[in-house]
Amino acid sequence: MTSPTTTDPLVRLTGVNKWFGDLHVLQDVDLTIDRGEVVVVIGPSGSGKSTLCRTINRLESIEQGEITIDGTPLPAEGKELAALRSDVGMVFQSFNLFAHKTILENVTLGPIKVRKQSKAAAEKRARELLDRVGVGHQADKVPAQLSGGQQQRVAIARALAMDPKVMLFDEPTSALDPEMINEVLEVMVGLAADGMTMVVVTHEMGFARRAANRVVFMDGGRIVESSDPETFFTAPTSDRAKDFLSKILNH
Amino acid sequence: MSFLADNFPLLRDAFLTTLALTVVSGLLALVLGTVLVAMRVSPVVALRGLATFYVETFRNTPLTVVFFFLAFGIVQIDLQFPSRFITAVAALSLYTAAFVCEALRSGINAVPPGQAEAARALGLDFRQSLTTVVLPQAFRTVVPPLGNVWIALAKNTSIAAGFAVTDLTATLQRLANANADQLVLVFAAVVVGYLIITLPSAWGIRVLERRLAVLR
Repeated sequence: MTSPTTTDPLVRLTGVNKWFGDLHVLQDVDLTIDRGEVVVVIGPSGSGKSTLCRTINRLESIEQGEITIDGTPLPAEGKELAALRSDVGMVFQSFNLFAHKTILENVTLGPIKVRKQSKAAAEKRARELLDRVGVGHQADKVPAQLSGGQQQRVAIARALAMDPKVMLFDEPTSALDPEMINEVLEVMVGLAADGMTMVVVTHEMGFARRAANRVVFMDGGRIVESSDPETFFTAPTSDRAKDFLSKILNH
Repeated sequence: MSFLADNFPLLRDAFLTTLALTVVSGLLALVLGTVLVAMRVSPVVALRGLATFYVETFRNTPLTVVFFFLAFGIVQIDLQFPSRFITAVAALSLYTAAFVCEALRSGINAVPPGQAEAARALGLDFRQSLTTVVLPQAFRTVVPPLGNVWIALAKNTSIAAGFAVTDLTATLQRLANANADQLVLVFAAVVVGYLIITLPSAWGIRVLERRLAVLR
């Protein structure tokens, strides 16, 4: 490991501000994520939670503040940024599997192009990962031939193939049919149990209760509450969180 | 019919010249057009500006003027291409590259932005995500418009006839002048020559389109 001390937080956001034009989408956000921690980010739509997630690997740039990963500030662009991104796995709401490549090629692309692994080594590892997420027998198909749940599990395998230090999940189940949500959540719960550091933006409160170490509630571009799931769901302190929970937990 | 047989070598050479002009210029235009589109979508402002300037210049200049400039204009600055054929290839490929670039750009715009985001999130740099993720998908969606560019190029080669390249059109003029009584036959032979290039192209484009289609 190149990190100075392993007790430093893995991800640290300090005074992060971001605007989309006049819209102040992230307002003075401070957040630290420790090694092995699973942080679930929830909040109403438009609260900035997806944007927050996307700033951590600089798919969104920020106007003010600092983000460090493993002690290294996020580079602005170029090779250094690409290298840092390779250590940060990302799973998107709409899967974003490479449409012109097979499932196996989707998983081996990063290891071969970025990590310079041999094709054979990358394929061996890819098949292990695809088996682990339960789609090993689909390796030679193209993404469009798989169900949404299967595609999302492949996307998780694709991110894991890079051996990331942290995994970002940007509403990973929001585009799925209800019957496919659990198969994806199961994989994520397994990852969390294995000690993966995870930032998960989701509406799945069951997952938050089951797998999260900490729940971060966002509203209007600010982090309003940050506490362990038990406290958050049973005794939220802010009115905004109480209101939000009453709306989603009634059914 | 003996007229055609008598002039077969002439027609054959003319056909091969037109074919060579099309194929060589087409390949060069494809390469140059790809480089141009990479510049047009790059994060470097200067490269984007340069490529935009190039495309707008060549797309909005009549091909005959491009020919004229490369055949006679550059002599003013003591430059000259080694042969008329190469002059024609240069004019055709420089001109066509602008259209290839724009066809490819429309294809790049048609690739969902999430594809490039996923590539960047994996740690691929700009060049890698362009060459391994975005362009392969862009090429697949632009097979039909690139086919149009290719067929237009095949017909545009006829301008070379005005600049002393003995292609099909130049041979049409020559044979028609010398054999006014065989005009219909001369026209038919020349048109068939062009069709031999363009019709299989149209067929090939349809096959490519089917084979390369990306399931979404």
